[in-house]
Amino acid sequence: MGELASLRTPRGIFATVILGLCAFMPVLAPALDEPFYITVFARIMIWAIAAVSLNLILGYGGMVSFGHACYLGIGGYVVGIMAFHGVTNGFIQWPLALLASGLAALVFGAICLRTRGVYFIMITLAFAQMIYYLSISVEKYGSDDGLTIDFRSEFGGLIDLEERTVIYYVIFFCLVGSLYLVHRVVNSRFGMVVRGSKSNDARMHAIGHPTYRYRLACFVIAGMICGLAGILQANLEKFVSPDMMYWPRSGELIFMVVLGGMGTLFGPVAGALVFLLLADTLSGFTEHWHIIFGPFLILVVLFVHGGIDGLLGRREAAGG
Amino acid sequence: MAEPLLKVEGLNKSFGGILATDNLFLDVLPGEIHAVIGPNGAGKTTMIAQLTGALKTDSGKIIFDGRNITREPSHVRSHLGLARSFQITSVFLDMTNLDNTALAVQAHDGHSFRFWRPARRDPALREPALRALERVGLDHRADVVAANCSHGEHRQLEIAMALATKPRMLLLDEPMAGMGPEESAQMVEIIRGLKDEHSILLVEHDMDAVFSLADRITVLVYGRAIASGAPDEIRANPDVREAYLGEETAAAPDAPTPEGADSRARG
Amino acid sequence: MSWVFFTEQFLNGFQLGILLFLLAAGLTLVFGIMDLVNLAHGSLYMMGAFFCAQFYDWTDSFLFAIVLAVPATFLLGILVEVVTLRTLYTRNHLDQVLATFGLILIFNEIVLLVWPLEGLSMPVPTYLLGSVNLLFGIEYPIYRLLIILVGLAVAVALYFLVGRTRMGMLIRAGASNRRMLGALGIDVKRLYTLVFGLGALLAGLGGMMMAPILSASSGMGESVLILAFVVIVIGGIGSIRGAFIGAIIAGVIDTMGRSFLDVFLLLFLPANAAEAAGPALSSMLIYVLMAAVLTFRPQGLFPAKTG
Repeated sequence: MGELASLRTPRGIFATVILGLCAFMPVLAPALDEPFYITVFARIMIWAIAAVSLNLILGYGGMVSFGHACYLGIGGYVVGIMAFHGVTNGFIQWPLALLASGLAALVFGAICLRTRGVYFIMITLAFAQMIYYLSISVEKYGSDDGLTIDFRSEFGGLIDLEERTVIYYVIFFCLVGSLYLVHRVVNSRFGMVVRGSKSNDARMHAIGHPTYRYRLACFVIAGMICGLAGILQANLEKFVSPDMMYWPRSGELIFMVVLGGMGTLFGPVAGALVFLLLADTLSGFTEHWHIIFGPFLILVVLFVHGGIDGLLGRREAAGG
Repeated sequence: MAEPLLKVEGLNKSFGGILATDNLFLDVLPGEIHAVIGPNGAGKTTMIAQLTGALKTDSGKIIFDGRNITREPSHVRSHLGLARSFQITSVFLDMTNLDNTALAVQAHDGHSFRFWRPARRDPALREPALRALERVGLDHRADVVAANCSHGEHRQLEIAMALATKPRMLLLDEPMAGMGPEESAQMVEIIRGLKDEHSILLVEHDMDAVFSLADRITVLVYGRAIASGAPDEIRANPDVREAYLGEETAAAPDAPTPEGADSRARG
Repeated sequence: MSWVFFTEQFLNGFQLGILLFLLAAGLTLVFGIMDLVNLAHGSLYMMGAFFCAQFYDWTDSFLFAIVLAVPATFLLGILVEVVTLRTLYTRNHLDQVLATFGLILIFNEIVLLVWPLEGLSMPVPTYLLGSVNLLFGIEYPIYRLLIILVGLAVAVALYFLVGRTRMGMLIRAGASNRRMLGALGIDVKRLYTLVFGLGALLAGLGGMMMAPILSASSGMGESVLILAFVVIVIGGIGSIRGAFIGAIIAGVIDTMGRSFLDVFLLLFLPANAAEAAGPALSSMLIYVLMAAVLTFRPQGLFPAKTG
């Protein structure tokens, strides 16, 4: 991948180390006698996928969606609800879950993208909250208690997700795949239009780009990738609940992206990693860890420009 | 006389009761440079914004190449061959000059639902973009990020981007704004060089440039065209001298009718 | 369905609308004038409720509690503005959203630390217990009626403040053209602080009045906040009138939907389907309304420029 091509830069080394950690965690964790780190890293990678998808619209497209976690919930709930009705075949579950999150993104995006700025932020938040309340109001699927999934998705004996290592590497593969997909997309003609629209939408129209349709398509792609993260989360935890898409989750996703470095390929992964490890560590000290985390978040926003990526040295061109 | 490429008929636009464009008539012939001048606040930028579709028009008609485009959005006008440069530099500051221009080329090279191949290595975008930069003399700065370029270079980039859309007509909104004499002279040569292939509607404050470039000049005051004609006619027009240059002494008894030199100026 | 019940529910919806208005009014002014997205506005509502309950606990008087809590939230609002938000005005919306998200986390946690029990409750004062007989045998709790009256009074007062006073003139000027204020030589910083304090006070007042009904608890501000966002989107950013009308519409539709949508659905659907779909649909109702408004009027019903 472009950013990983040059391994000698601090950025390349950093990305390689993190991906390497993810790749070898199933071997490393038992060796360090900390086997629960396998699950911790599986969770981190799932949030990383969601953050990578948000970065596509937020970092590259300038669309500040405050409702991105709802696609996580939609992807997860489709898997959960189908499992509840006895459909455990992953070849059916997964495409349908992706379709559902894509469809939701299409409808919400079509309305939200007619607006700009503050409106866009509030409306994406409102729609996500609507889906959240919907999941709470349906008693059949557990209301706010959530829905337990008895069996993970089955792939006709090809892939056994009940095996801990297998599901771990499926998640790892999905993360690497999402990164590669986003890398290709943002550097394609399509990606240039989305970036141009972030930079100067009026000029895009003046030179002849009808940007709305491209921004909407980008919104849908991001929704589907996030839906994939939801599918994985449902399978890993064997449980879905409205909490997956409660609005603070969307806020946390934005923070992961900003913390890691907006509009950089690898930033969201680093952001998810640091965010979740920090949350884990802090909550180990005190139940009231938000009292430390809140000010940390504010300080990062106010003083750390470009997030973790920015700390790794200057970039030559923001477009690169 | 050839059929005009751009025809503006009775155009109006008001902001909260103030008329920014007031029953404006104007046309641009193929291969012509038609300059629009006027004091500050005369409504020149409003007119450009209406012509390009950035502002909705209250009433009146804009006809481009025989087609009524009054209600068409900006990107459609761009595809019909109407390109603009902005008075206040409006480029993609976080991209290189070449990327800026390549985006303009891309808009006119089919749809952009192409998700996989890297756009930056696509000769179908890079080569025309580089040629557009060459025409404005910016090719040696192709790989510099726009934010790091000088004001004069931004003005050149503005025109390169407009050119990259393969326009039939250019709307240049004060291309010399904020330029020194040397840069202005260079820009005059660039615009002169464009004349062979493009009709140009030029809005400009630099009178030397306007009078040396324009085939025809229209004078706009408070959104109205008070006069329109060849540079010499405009120079001699007492209404223009009074309204535009503030020469009250010009109101000589032998002044022509208030309708000005060309009856097309007012409907 | 009985018309008495219908009217009661309508009044409940109206009362929710009043509450939403108290939040939305401050939010919409802060948006309109300072172009600031303040997610922590709901926290000020929550703090209002906690202050009120705490002061009640100390003074044993509802009236004293309110009298003390109102300036307390005003000062808290000013404190928040001066310490953190002031640095955010020049930032982009994303930074504002994140930083005020951080504020929410802090406020919710402070509340848990200071009042570790499951929330803090207070009773409705005895002299406000009971119901009044409105027309046609409709009984309505005095306390809820009082909330409605206070809200209406606030709406009228705000209308005069914004429409008739010098500060209101500056507010309106700021909502349509922010740069102009600075150019006029107005002390923009102080105006911003005052407006923010006013917004905090209104949100806090909402919280105070709800404290006897809901009891104060950590995180109580957020669901109301998001409803207030919907209100602003419907009403149009920067407009007090839009906030009021949007709030009443949202409050009434949300409440009526929850009470009557399943009955309404019974007209079209079999009983079990209507019972299943009723709650789901009614929880989505105002968001659908918001989407509909946006489709036809992307700037809301009363954009600040015109009203």
